[in-house]
Amino acid sequence: MNEPGALVASAILIIPASAAVVLALLPDDRATARLNALGTLLTFLASTALFVVRPEPGPFLIVDDVNVVFIVLTAFVGFTTSVFSASYIAHELDKGRLTPVYLRFYHGMYQMLMFAMNLALLANNVGLMWVAVELATLTTVLMVGIYRTPEALEAAWKYFILGSVGIALALFGTILVYLAARSVVGEGLDAMAWNVLVQRAGAFDPALLNLAFVFLLLGYGTKVGLAPLHAWLPDAHAEGPTPISAVLSGLLLNVALFAVLRFKMVMSANARALAPGPLMVTLGLISVLFAAFMLYRRHDIKRMFAYSSIEHMGIITFAFGMGGPLANFAGLLHMTFHSLTKSAIFFSVGHIAQVKGTQRMADIRGLTVSHPVLGWGLVLGVIAIVGLPPMGIFMSEFLIITSTFARQPLLAIALALGLLVALGALLQRLNGLAFGDPYGKDAPAQASFVPMFAHLALVLAAGIYLPPALVSWFQHVASLLR
Amino acid sequence: MALIQDALVQLAQMLLVLLLAPLLTGYVRKVKAHLLRRRGPPLVQPYRDLLRLLRKEVVLAENASWVFRVAPYVIFATSLVAAGLVPTFATGLVISSAADLIAIVALLGSARFALALAGLDIGTSFGGIGSSREMMIASLAEPAMLMIVFTLSLLAGSTQLSSVAAFMQSPEVGLRVSLAMCLVALIMVALAENARIPVDNPATHLELTMVHEAMILEYSGRHLAVIEAAASLKLLLYLSLVVCVFVPWGVATAGQGFAAYAIGLVGYIVKLAVAGFLLAVLETVTAKMRVFRVSDFLGAALMLGLLAALLLFVSRSV
Amino acid sequence: MGRLVFDVAHLFAGGLVLVSFMLLYQDRMFGLLNTFALHALVVSLSVAWQAYVQSAPHLYITAVIALVVKAIIIPVALHRIIVRLGIHRTIEAVVGIGQTMLAGIGLVALSILVMLPITAQAGTLAREDLAFSLSVILLGLLMMISRRNAVSQVIGFMSIENGLILAATAAKGMPLVVEISVAFSILVALIVIGIFLFRIRERFDTVDVHALERFRGERA
Repeated sequence: MNEPGALVASAILIIPASAAVVLALLPDDRATARLNALGTLLTFLASTALFVVRPEPGPFLIVDDVNVVFIVLTAFVGFTTSVFSASYIAHELDKGRLTPVYLRFYHGMYQMLMFAMNLALLANNVGLMWVAVELATLTTVLMVGIYRTPEALEAAWKYFILGSVGIALALFGTILVYLAARSVVGEGLDAMAWNVLVQRAGAFDPALLNLAFVFLLLGYGTKVGLAPLHAWLPDAHAEGPTPISAVLSGLLLNVALFAVLRFKMVMSANARALAPGPLMVTLGLISVLFAAFMLYRRHDIKRMFAYSSIEHMGIITFAFGMGGPLANFAGLLHMTFHSLTKSAIFFSVGHIAQVKGTQRMADIRGLTVSHPVLGWGLVLGVIAIVGLPPMGIFMSEFLIITSTFARQPLLAIALALGLLVALGALLQRLNGLAFGDPYGKDAPAQASFVPMFAHLALVLAAGIYLPPALVSWFQHVASLLR
Repeated sequence: MALIQDALVQLAQMLLVLLLAPLLTGYVRKVKAHLLRRRGPPLVQPYRDLLRLLRKEVVLAENASWVFRVAPYVIFATSLVAAGLVPTFATGLVISSAADLIAIVALLGSARFALALAGLDIGTSFGGIGSSREMMIASLAEPAMLMIVFTLSLLAGSTQLSSVAAFMQSPEVGLRVSLAMCLVALIMVALAENARIPVDNPATHLELTMVHEAMILEYSGRHLAVIEAAASLKLLLYLSLVVCVFVPWGVATAGQGFAAYAIGLVGYIVKLAVAGFLLAVLETVTAKMRVFRVSDFLGAALMLGLLAALLLFVSRSV
Repeated sequence: MGRLVFDVAHLFAGGLVLVSFMLLYQDRMFGLLNTFALHALVVSLSVAWQAYVQSAPHLYITAVIALVVKAIIIPVALHRIIVRLGIHRTIEAVVGIGQTMLAGIGLVALSILVMLPITAQAGTLAREDLAFSLSVILLGLLMMISRRNAVSQVIGFMSIENGLILAATAAKGMPLVVEISVAFSILVALIVIGIFLFRIRERFDTVDVHALERFRGERA
């Protein structure tokens, strides 16, 4: 059981890393996109093998119940995004917005990002996870600025500075966690390993853990995009290429939240430490309400959906902050569904922006008439993201609100208010975008619609029927998270 | 008998201080001149200046009040007492129990108060400029000085100069970054209080650049002599303070006999000479700051004092 | 020996906090770079001393990296960039220097008050290094907030990193310190390159290299 598992885990890391090197060096641009998709496909296939075989937890890598589905999800969304990216980038090349040199750079960075995210999820060592998250930040920063317009450079710079400050705070929190663990576990790699930390956390010094968690929540919370630490997020989503927006919203925010969750598990294992719940609930609720109101005044379509990402990350943080089996279960579901839905939306938005030649919502009208497939795809995506039934997000939001209402009715009301406000804003915008008379440019879409509809189909299917195996797995993880 | 002997030694210290002060001023001027490749005035010139001024007639403005006439003596008296309190060749003399750092700061503060009032008394604008600038400097220099005193007394366990000097000589001191910061801060405060470059030019004749000189612009005759003597005493006081706290080796303790006193005296004069030389070098290589930058300069001294105290607090509670 | 060890560590750590204040005080670009080089030098000395005291030879590597990369390469590179791109040489502050320094003192006091009780069971050396490293981190954050200039913000960030290196070495026996410091240095190096590229766009209308080449071709 050990050997094949270790092989699979290393494959998940080696494939993207080597693909990054290959793609950076390969000169031919047509093949590059296909190779990119191939690389991510192989990673995805390798990750599904993790359901069958698992390596023993080592000092550096671990595959346990908590991170398995996230690894598979990351690999899946990475694969579908690379398929989308192939058609999107081909269009950008034709328009001249990107040159072939940048193309190699882009694909190399894409694979490097996959590598970094997989490493962060697989890492058993707190420090290694930090390095991986930092590497992921770096690669996305470089890709956000790839168009080299003043706005893109500005967005990349802001992301860089804010992300780096967050990373620095997170490192300090990591050092404090090590200090807390060292007095109980002893020096060395064991004091930084997740499985050891969760096991022995009950004996750690609570004051140190409290301070560490504050720093970690602030640091990794910046990368999750929780208000008021979110300032980098809308610009980065709006100015970077759309595949990167999809990966940022769909995957990187999840990975950062995953890091926070791991630390929450460590904190919860210590009875005398500060309850991490109320902090997370507060930040989550603030994010939801803030983002919901900000949705009304956006003019740029990608920026609007970026605020929607902030809102959903707030909902998930709120759910995990509330704690308890039901809320944790709902939070896990929401992480998965949001990842799939938001990336699907960005797939459609990316092509919409390309055919219309603009990201301003005032210039985009009547999509269902001019580009029916894209238009109805967007409609379906927005219906999914606002949480209307029968899409999966409805179920997770419903579960969160009911489980909160049972314990803290006022908070549930506040959350529901935020959700309704966001629903109103998005549907109002959707009305303008999708329906009415067509306006603006009318280029035919040379897009691949498969990734978008694949994601939406998954979310729809899960909303109607969730396989019992998946349910029991999520419930098991929910119980681990306390 | 012993009491009379101690009293004589104390008196000797005060006389020493009084006599050495103009010599120090003359020495610093001479060194500065030599650094500028001039010959400069003779070493004893300040004595001659004082005697000359004493013989001259006092010219008073019509609207000068009693404050104007009394202030020079107040300034001189407080400066002399303060300078006499700082150990020179021996610590632990008769009135050394009153040689409290805070008392010295208070005495100097009274002197400054009297001087500022005198500057304002006649009602000329230059006197007003001098007084307001002096008060601005004081508002930053005094807190800085107090922070330095606080740090030193935290270390030594007492504000008495004798105890501080004794502590600095003992092996418990160790390498301390707080002490280095205190030294730098004290030097900065000393430069500001004594109206030395880079804060104020003592040799300037341009009224708009004056701080200390502006306040005493209207004085003449014996009043001016007394004030000049007080200024020299203040310089001697600060240099003695720096030397006593940070270079305390060779200082005798009370009752050790004349041999020890003599060694202490020689050591003191040598240290003073070195300090004076360094002061002259510093004044020569630095330019005078613009007045509004003095607050930054003294603010830095205050920060150094605060930081020194904070760092000390850390190492004590660890 | 114990006393001397502690005193030297205290000297370096306290000196680092002092140099952080000096960084806050600077209002000229070159003075800032020189002060930062001093900051990196003090950090590398501090790490080297910790390596000696803890008998952890791998920390010497961290010290050397801090010295070479941050005390030499980056200040020189930034110096060249500033000269070549003609970046404005004075640094405007959002609030006055006096208030910034007072806020800095407040932050130092806060971090000492917070860190000392928490780390009660760690060694004396580690405790005070951690308190001072949090002070340096907070002072670096203050510097980033209170300056309008991109270069000084980057230097503030690098001083945060120096504080983190001090904290990581103070946590005795922490594995991966060298790897983490290397990763951080790469991040920092890329930021510096980023300034270079970011500033280029202020000189030319577009950063597209092909446009520039075309322009040169027409002239010839």
